[in-house]
Amino acid sequence: MNGASALVRSLEELGVDIVFGIPGGAILPAYDPLFDSKKVRHILVRHEQGAGHAATGYAQATGRVGVCMATSGPGATNLVTPIADAYMDSVPMVAITGQVAKSAIGTDAFQEADIQGITLPITKHNYLVQTGEELPRILAEAFHLAATGRPGPVLVDIPKDVLQGQTMFTWPPTLELPGYHPTMHPHGKQIREAARLIASAKRPVFYVGGGVLKAGASAGLRKLAELTGVPVVTTLMARGAFPDSHPQHLGMPGMHGTVSAVYALQRADLIVALGARFDDRVTGKLDSFAPNATIVHADIDPAEIGKNRAADVPIVGDARYVIDELIAAVSAEASDGPAGRERLADWWSQLDDLRDRYPLGWEDPADGTLAPQQVIKRLGEIVGPDAIYVAGVGQHQMWAAQFIKYENPATWLNSGGLGTMGYAVPAAMGAKAGAPDKVVWAIDGDGCFQMTNQELATCALEGIPIKVAVINNGNLGMVRQWQTLFYDERYSNTDLGTHKHRIPDFVKLADALGCVGLRCETVSDLDNTIAAAMAVTDQPVVIDFVVGKDAMVWPMVAAGTSNDEIMFARGVRPRFDEDDI
Amino acid sequence: MNTHTLSVLVENKPGVLARVSGLFSRRGFNIDSLAVGETEHPEVSRITIVVNADASPLEQVTKQLNKLVNVLKIVELEHNASVQRELILIKVRADRPVRSQVLETVQLFRARVVDVAPDALTIEATGTAEKLDALIRDLEPYGIKEMVQSGMVAIGRGSRSITAGPALRAAS
Repeated sequence: MNGASALVRSLEELGVDIVFGIPGGAILPAYDPLFDSKKVRHILVRHEQGAGHAATGYAQATGRVGVCMATSGPGATNLVTPIADAYMDSVPMVAITGQVAKSAIGTDAFQEADIQGITLPITKHNYLVQTGEELPRILAEAFHLAATGRPGPVLVDIPKDVLQGQTMFTWPPTLELPGYHPTMHPHGKQIREAARLIASAKRPVFYVGGGVLKAGASAGLRKLAELTGVPVVTTLMARGAFPDSHPQHLGMPGMHGTVSAVYALQRADLIVALGARFDDRVTGKLDSFAPNATIVHADIDPAEIGKNRAADVPIVGDARYVIDELIAAVSAEASDGPAGRERLADWWSQLDDLRDRYPLGWEDPADGTLAPQQVIKRLGEIVGPDAIYVAGVGQHQMWAAQFIKYENPATWLNSGGLGTMGYAVPAAMGAKAGAPDKVVWAIDGDGCFQMTNQELATCALEGIPIKVAVINNGNLGMVRQWQTLFYDERYSNTDLGTHKHRIPDFVKLADALGCVGLRCETVSDLDNTIAAAMAVTDQPVVIDFVVGKDAMVWPMVAAGTSNDEIMFARGVRPRFDEDDI
Repeated sequence: MNTHTLSVLVENKPGVLARVSGLFSRRGFNIDSLAVGETEHPEVSRITIVVNADASPLEQVTKQLNKLVNVLKIVELEHNASVQRELILIKVRADRPVRSQVLETVQLFRARVVDVAPDALTIEATGTAEKLDALIRDLEPYGIKEMVQSGMVAIGRGSRSITAGPALRAAS
């Protein structure tokens, strides 16, 4: 068989059911055996960026490795953004690219780009395949690297002559990764030390990050939280890791987190970070973050520990094992006297008080326009917690993180680290392709939507009926919010004209892309428009929610300031009791 | 800031040096010196890196290096517990009137003359960075026409050895 057949056979052996991609010159040999594969379905996207984000959405919804494929040169460089995105959010993905023939490499050949060099800093690892014989091993290694340890994207670049040349196929191959040994099990001594701290802390917080979702540790987390009574905050990447309805959940911390979550971290005497990385969007100004907290930092990636904030108790391990072993160790620490939430009654009374006084909310726009927060909140209530919600990047993303109540893991997908506008539609497509029985809603902004909406054509043709709520405020909303707050209301280049000129008309655009297009401009139409979208099950749906442009995301910790300076709303600082400080 | 010497054992594969050196610049570190070559196992290369950094950023960059799939092992070699050598080739002006003085300096540093021209000598020397600095200082007055220096290589003192043998064995 030739290298191309060995590639397709390897993908089949690795259990790949879907590949998102676009053919082109260098990768063309691979598309011939792919045409005959009974196991691998290829979904022909409209732009390689869509293939990459679709692979990410597929991976985040299913927990399996997402696969995308592109040709050399521009095909490969169009994958750069989704690869960087997957790298920042630790998403297991394998990107397969065609390369010009080995003899042409380095000659500036047509559609040649050094994609291995380009993706060096944004992949967990990458390969330039030299022979057909090594192809099965390299693919097996790529899938292993992508899925294990701290997950991430792996790129496999395959020269055209390797795809065309004859080779022997043997399976299974032996992995040759002598330098790769992720630590799964935490050190017992560190776990006991952490348990001792948890048992004696007066103001502890569990700071939960995306690593908990990746490890499938949600059930364990709930057990640990209930056993200890410790308040839980879930980062943007961890929404859904702990039920929003749970009384111990304070919500999301960080720049647009709840007052109670931000306060809990700032005033904590113990922060137990589980699969989180002390990102600047969470810590605010780092040297004023949680000044009195002892830090227990558990992560599967040793390089995260101590990177931003020094850890007092470093724990390297998979969140599932860390949490399970913490449960056992905390149980062993149990002593007489009040336990769990009761032991932390003072702490909880402060936090409950803040929750009551500073709940998430909004003011309805004075001009009678639809409030975007209300649209998103109502959407979540009507659609419910079993659906998958996929956001773009900006105001709508923050509102979707705040106002939709997540109860289950893998129901909230977004581009957290890289902040990639245009993520939502292709990622929702990938999620729906991977989890066809789930209702999948993309919550997108009008700016984001105009970056990648062409994948709705793919959805319409391939039978992937996603739903898209375009939160259309006519502007690059988050940028406009910063212009309002920090640039003296000088709105330089943020008006997209989607309101003023209705260009494009999203209902007509939806129709042109083979989707059902709906529009909602008033509160009275809100419920029935969402119901109408839910009633369509055989076609993608787009709702153009025309909302006011002046709504802002609150609370907010301005970039570069301390979390202590959180603003509950414009001009409103929360009042913390004097003795709290 | 302190100078640290890292011995990095890597798989001897194409592109590995770019992964390692690229990581330093990406994370904001300047490499003072770098040397790479095969080890007693031909499938393993050893990169010796001298870097100026405080302890905590150095720990971070070491952890990041460890994440590279092709990196097998990293050991920091303490200055006084290791033998460290650099190689230097110096083309120095040496006309008849000063030639004997130049040769005297060469002798003094146990260096060698490896090429002779009517008005110049090319000198080869090995040693620690300090010794070679001193040699350069002494030759400067005569006029250094050209100079080339290798990166530092270093090996731990005593009978213990750094090897990637266990990592390779575990993989096979």
